[in-house]
Amino acid sequence: MSWDDLREWLPQLLAAAGGTLKMTALAYVIAVVVGLLLALARRSRRRGVAVAAGWYVDLMRGTPALTQLFLIYFGLASAGIVLSAFVAAVIGLGLNYAAYMSEVYRAGIAAVHRGQREAALAIGMTNALAMRSVILPQALRIIVPPMANYAVSLLKDTSVASLISAPELMLRARDLSSEYFMPMELYLVVGAMYLVMAYPLGKCAQYLEVRMGKGRVAS
Amino acid sequence: MADEAGRRPLLQIVGLHKRFGLLEVLRGVSLAVQAGETLSIIGPSGSGKTTLLRCINWLERPTDGEILINGQLIGEKQTGGRRVEMRDVDLARMRARIGMVFQRFYLFPHLTALDNVAIGPIKVLRQQATAARRDALALLEKVGLAHKRDIYPEMLSGGQQQRVAIARALAMQPALMLFDEATSALDPELVGEVLTVIRQLAAEGMTMLIVTHEMQFAEDISDRVIFMDHGQIVEEGPPHRIFRSPEQARTRAFLRAVIDRQVYPVDAV
Amino acid sequence: MNLGPWERFAAQFPYLMETLLLGVEMTIIVTFGGFVVATATGMLGALLRTSRLMVLRVIGTLYVDVFRAVPVLTQLFIIYFGLAEIGLKLDPIPAAIIGFGIHGGAYLTEVFRAGIEAVHRGQNEAALAIGMTPAQALRIIVLPQAMRVVLPPLGNYAIGLLKDTSVASSVAAPELSFRAHMLVDQTYLSTQIYLTVAALYLAMSLPLSRLVHSLERRMARGRVA
Repeated sequence: MSWDDLREWLPQLLAAAGGTLKMTALAYVIAVVVGLLLALARRSRRRGVAVAAGWYVDLMRGTPALTQLFLIYFGLASAGIVLSAFVAAVIGLGLNYAAYMSEVYRAGIAAVHRGQREAALAIGMTNALAMRSVILPQALRIIVPPMANYAVSLLKDTSVASLISAPELMLRARDLSSEYFMPMELYLVVGAMYLVMAYPLGKCAQYLEVRMGKGRVAS
Repeated sequence: MADEAGRRPLLQIVGLHKRFGLLEVLRGVSLAVQAGETLSIIGPSGSGKTTLLRCINWLERPTDGEILINGQLIGEKQTGGRRVEMRDVDLARMRARIGMVFQRFYLFPHLTALDNVAIGPIKVLRQQATAARRDALALLEKVGLAHKRDIYPEMLSGGQQQRVAIARALAMQPALMLFDEATSALDPELVGEVLTVIRQLAAEGMTMLIVTHEMQFAEDISDRVIFMDHGQIVEEGPPHRIFRSPEQARTRAFLRAVIDRQVYPVDAV
Repeated sequence: MNLGPWERFAAQFPYLMETLLLGVEMTIIVTFGGFVVATATGMLGALLRTSRLMVLRVIGTLYVDVFRAVPVLTQLFIIYFGLAEIGLKLDPIPAAIIGFGIHGGAYLTEVFRAGIEAVHRGQNEAALAIGMTPAQALRIIVLPQAMRVVLPPLGNYAIGLLKDTSVASSVAAPELSFRAHMLVDQTYLSTQIYLTVAALYLAMSLPLSRLVHSLERRMARGRVA
C-alpha cells in the first residue's frame, strides 16, 4: 500500500463520513417525531387509526430497510416523484426507524404503572402535572437507553443507503475501490471510521442504560 | 486445640479476617467445633455471621486466617513452604463434605424435588442414577416430602423448598452442616416445619453451625451459643448462660432489643 | 398496443415469481447458516466475556465492541472484496454466511452473557456448595436456566438477520434482493417487483415474529430463578 494513495483517498473518505453523520442526524429526527406520532396513533380511541398504525409498524419491521429504500427511490421515481438518493435515504431510514421507536415509546408509557397516575391525582395533581412530574420522568428512564442504541444502529444502517447510491461513506469507498484497487485497505479504514463514530455513541448509550437503570420505575 | 478428652475438633477456625474493599467484616474470629456439636451463632446484622459461614465453605475467600476440617486446611494447600489457593477440583471436593443451607433456598428450578436432591450424588459423587434417586427419595421421606418428589420448586411452599434444600445438602453425606438464617425468609407459619427437621438432625448427632434469629430455638437445640458483633466473637457459652445471664453488656443490649426478655446480669442471681 | 407496467407485471408474473422464489430459497439458506455461525461464535464470546482470566475477558470485549461498531455491509465487503485482494477468494454465499456470522456473534455474545448473568448468583453458589466444580455448575445448573432467558432475544435476532441478508445482494449473493435487482434491471417494473419482494419478506418474517411473541409470553411465566 502506498502512502501517497492513502493521502489521496483519506480526505475523500472523511468528507463522505460527514455525509453519513448528516444522514444519520436527519433520519433520526424524522424517526423520533414520526415514532411519537405513531405511538400516539396506536393509543388512539379511533379504531381505524390505531389499526392502521399497527399495520404500518408491522410492515416496517417485517421488511428489510433496503427494500423500503428501493421502493421509495425507484418506485416513487417511476410514479413520477423523483427524489435525490440522499433525500430518499433520509426519508426511508427515518420512516423505518420510526416504527421501532414507536414501540419504545409505547413500552415506556405502558411501563409506568397506572397506580402512579392515580397516586399523583390523589394528592391533588392535575393530569398535566402528573404527566410532567411523575409519569414522563419514569417513562423517560425506560425510553432513553433504547433510543440511544437506535442512534448507533441508524448510523450503521446508513451504509445500506450506498446501495441506492446515496452519498455517504460506503458509497465513496466503493467508488474509490474501483479507482485504486485496494479494497482491503480501503474498507479496513472505513471500518475504523465507523468505529470512531459509533463506539463513543455506543458507550454513551451504555452509560445512559446504567444511569437510567439506577432510578427505580414502579411497574 | 483438643478438648478435655483430647479429641481434635472437627472444625477449627484460627484468626479469621475478611475484608471487602475497605470494609472489615471479620476481625479475627477463632473457633473450635467438636464433632456432634450444635452451635448457634447470633448477633445483629452486619456482625459477620453470614460471612463467617460463607468463608468456611470458601464461597468467600478470607483475607487472613486458617480454617481446618479434621485437621485439613480448607481452601488452600501447603506446598513447599507456601500457601496456595486450592484448585477448583480440590475445592469442590472439600465443599462436598460441608453441607450448606441458604436463606433463600436456591433450589434448582429446572429440576424436580427428587432430582434436586439426587443431582449432587449423580454428578459430583458419580453414583449410579437409580441408586442415587433411591437414596434421594429416602432423604425426601426423612424431611417429610416424599410425596412431592416429582414436583418442581415453583410449586412448593417456602417451608417445603427449604426442607428439600436440607435434603439436597444431606445427600452429599457431609461431615458438617451450615445453616445460614435458614428460616429468615419464611412466612412465620412455615418456620416450624423447617425447625423440626433441624432439631431432628441435631438429635442424630450431626455437627451443625446455625446462624439464626430464632432465639428460643437456638436456646433449645444448641450445645453452645456464640454472640457476634462487629466481626468479632463477643461472648460464647452454654445457651442457658448466654440467653439468661450474659456477661457482656453488648450481648445484653442485643438480647434486650431482639427479645422482650429481661436479662439479669451475672451478680444478680 | 402499449401495455402499462401492471399489465406487464401480471403477464410475466409466473416467471418473475419463479425467479424470486429461487431468491427466497437462498435467503433462507444464508439466514440459517449465518444464524448457526453467529450462535456458535456468540457462545464462545460469552464464555470469553465471563471468563475468570482477564486476558480472555479483554479479548471478548474487544471482539464485541469492534464488530458491533462497524456496519455489517462493511464487514461483508472486507470479507468478500478485501480478502480477494490478498489472495483468499470466497464465493458470495460462504462470504455472506461468515460475515453475518461474525457480526451476529458479537451481538449474540451480549445476549448470551446477559442470559448467564440473569441466572441468580445463588444458583451458582448452591451448585458449588454441593461440591460441583465451577465448570459443572455452569454446565448443569446455570446454562440450562440461561437458555430460557436467551430464547426470545435469539428469536428476534433471527428475524433481524433475515432482513439483513438483503444486504448480501451487494456482494452478488443470489438471494431475494439480488434476484429482485436483476429482474428490475431487466423489466423496469421496480414498484411492482419491490412490492412483491416486500410481501415475500413479510411472509417469512411474520410467522417468526409470532413465534417469538409466544416465546416471550411463555417466558414470563418461566422457570428461571
